[in-house]
Amino acid sequence: MSTPAFDVDRIRKDFPILSRELPGGRPLVYLDSGNSSQKPTQVIEAMREHLAVHYGNVGRAMHALGAESTEAYEDARDKVAAFVGAPSRDEVVFTKNASEALNLVAYAFGNPTNSDPRFTLGPGDEIVVSEMEHHSNIVPWQMLAARTGATLKWFPVTDEGRLDLSGIEELVTERTKIVSVAHQSNVLGTVNPVEPILARVRQVGALLMLDASQSVPHKPVDVAALGVDFLAFTGHKAVGPSGIGVLWARAELLEAMPPFLGGGEMIEAVWMDRSTYAPAPHKFEAGTPPIVEAVGLGAAVDYLSAVGLDAVARHERELTAYALQALGELPGLKVIGPQDLQDRGGTVSFTLRGVHPHDVGQILDDEFGVAVRVGHHCARPLHLRFGIPATTRASFYLYTTTAEIDALVRGLHHVQKVFA
Amino acid sequence: MIAESMYQELILEHYKHPQGRGLRDPFDAEVHHVNPTCGDEITMRVKLGDGGTVEDVSYDGQGCSISQAAASVLHELATGSTVPETLAVVDEFTRLMQGRGKVEADEDVLGDAVAFAGVAKFPARVKCALLAWMAYKDAVARSA
Repeated sequence: MSTPAFDVDRIRKDFPILSRELPGGRPLVYLDSGNSSQKPTQVIEAMREHLAVHYGNVGRAMHALGAESTEAYEDARDKVAAFVGAPSRDEVVFTKNASEALNLVAYAFGNPTNSDPRFTLGPGDEIVVSEMEHHSNIVPWQMLAARTGATLKWFPVTDEGRLDLSGIEELVTERTKIVSVAHQSNVLGTVNPVEPILARVRQVGALLMLDASQSVPHKPVDVAALGVDFLAFTGHKAVGPSGIGVLWARAELLEAMPPFLGGGEMIEAVWMDRSTYAPAPHKFEAGTPPIVEAVGLGAAVDYLSAVGLDAVARHERELTAYALQALGELPGLKVIGPQDLQDRGGTVSFTLRGVHPHDVGQILDDEFGVAVRVGHHCARPLHLRFGIPATTRASFYLYTTTAEIDALVRGLHHVQKVFA
Repeated sequence: MIAESMYQELILEHYKHPQGRGLRDPFDAEVHHVNPTCGDEITMRVKLGDGGTVEDVSYDGQGCSISQAAASVLHELATGSTVPETLAVVDEFTRLMQGRGKVEADEDVLGDAVAFAGVAKFPARVKCALLAWMAYKDAVARSA
C-alpha cells in the first residue's frame, strides 16, 4: 500500500467546526484534542444517517430496523477490532468510555464471584500503576485496593517526564497481580516503553493493562504485536463521538472475568434466583448500548484508516518539533515533559513564570480564540510530583497546523505582556 | 475583548504585589478553603479585637490572579474595619459575583473590590474571586 499524501488543508475541510468563528469574529484555534477531538463530516453523517433511516434497538428487535441497527453496531465492532489488530472481534467490548473499561477490568480482580487464580487479589497482593496516570487509571485501582486489602504501588516519573523503570525488579514482583500504565501520557506526551514492562510482568506471572486513550487515536496500535493483556481507549479522542469507549482483552481473560453490569442483553438465561451469562463481548454490554455512538466510532476508525495512522503520527511529530522549538524561545516558559521527539507524542504541557495557567487559558481563549486545557488534566499526582498546581496544555491532532501553533505563541507573548 | 476588562490594573497590581500575605499570630480562627475544580487554595486567619473590630486578616495560598488578588483586596478592606461592616461588603461582593454580569455594583460599599465586576461575566472564574471571601466569612463565624 502506498503512503497517502498528507494534506492538512484538505483534512481540515472534513471538520466543519474548524471553520466556525467564535464570538467577536475570532477564528477558532483548537489545541485541545488531547481533551476531546473534533469530528469529521464522515462521522457526523454516519451517525445522522443511522438515526434517520436505520435506528432500532440492537440484538433483540425482530424486525428490519432492529436487524439493520444490529448489523451496523456489530460492523463497528469488526472495524474497531481490525483497527487495533485484535485477533478476534469478540475481544472488543464497547463501554461508555475508557474509564468504564478500566473499572470493568479492576472489578474482575479480588471478586468473590471470580475464582480464576489470575484474578484473585487480597492482602499481600499488589497492584502497580504509575505516577503519570490519568485519574481514571488510578482511582479504580485505589478502590480495588480498598475493597480487597491489596497494596497499590506505582512507577515513579523522572525529571524529564519518563517512567523510571530502574526499580522495576523491586516494584513488580511475584506479589503483583496487575500492572496498568498509560501507553502515552495525557500531560507529558511521553510514550511509555511497553516491552520492558511486559517482560517483567510475564516473569512474575502478572497481567498488563494499557490505558491507550492517548495513543490509539494518534498512531498505529496493534494489540497482538504489543502482546499486552488489556487495552482501553475512548471514541471521542479519536474523531469519534463521546459516550463510547473500548476495552480490548484477550479472549481467555474475558471468559474468566465476571460481568461488570447486570441487565438486558448480557444474559443467557434468567431465573428468579440466578442467571447465566452471554459469552463475551455481550456479557459486558448490559442494557441498550450506545448504538449510534458505535456507528460513529466505526466511521471514525474508517476515517483514520483512510488517512493513515502512520501519516497522522508523522504530521503530529512535525507539529511537536515545531511547537517545542517555538515555545522554547519564550522566556519563562518551561515544558513539563520530554524536550525532544524521542518516544513522544503531540501533547505539550508547560508553565509560564509568574502566570497561573487559568489566567493563561482565559486570555488565550478570549483574545485569540486559542483553546488549550489548563489545570491538572486529571493527573494531579503527576503535577504534585513536579511541585506545580497546574499546567497549560496544547495538544495536537491530524487537523492541527503550524499556523495554529504560531497563534498560540503570539497569544502567550500577549499573556506575558498583560502580566509583565 | 471581555477578558481584558476582567484583568483590571488593580487586580493585576494586587496579584503581583499582594497585601498582607503570610500567616500571622495571634489569631482567633484559621480556615482552609479549596476550589476543587481548579486546585486554588487559601489558608486564612482572622484576629478580632474589642468591639467587633477586625485587627488582622492574614492568609497564604496559591492560585490564579483572580483568587490571589481577591484575597489581597479583602485583606485591605477588612483590616481595621468592623465585623458587621465587612460582612456587608462580603454580601455585596457575593451578590455582584453571582449576578452573571447583570448586577450594578455598589461602589460605595465595595470600594476597590468593584474592580472584580468583570469576573462575574465568566462563570468559571466566579469561584476564584469568591474563594478568599467565603473563607473570611467562615473564619469570622468560627471566631465568634
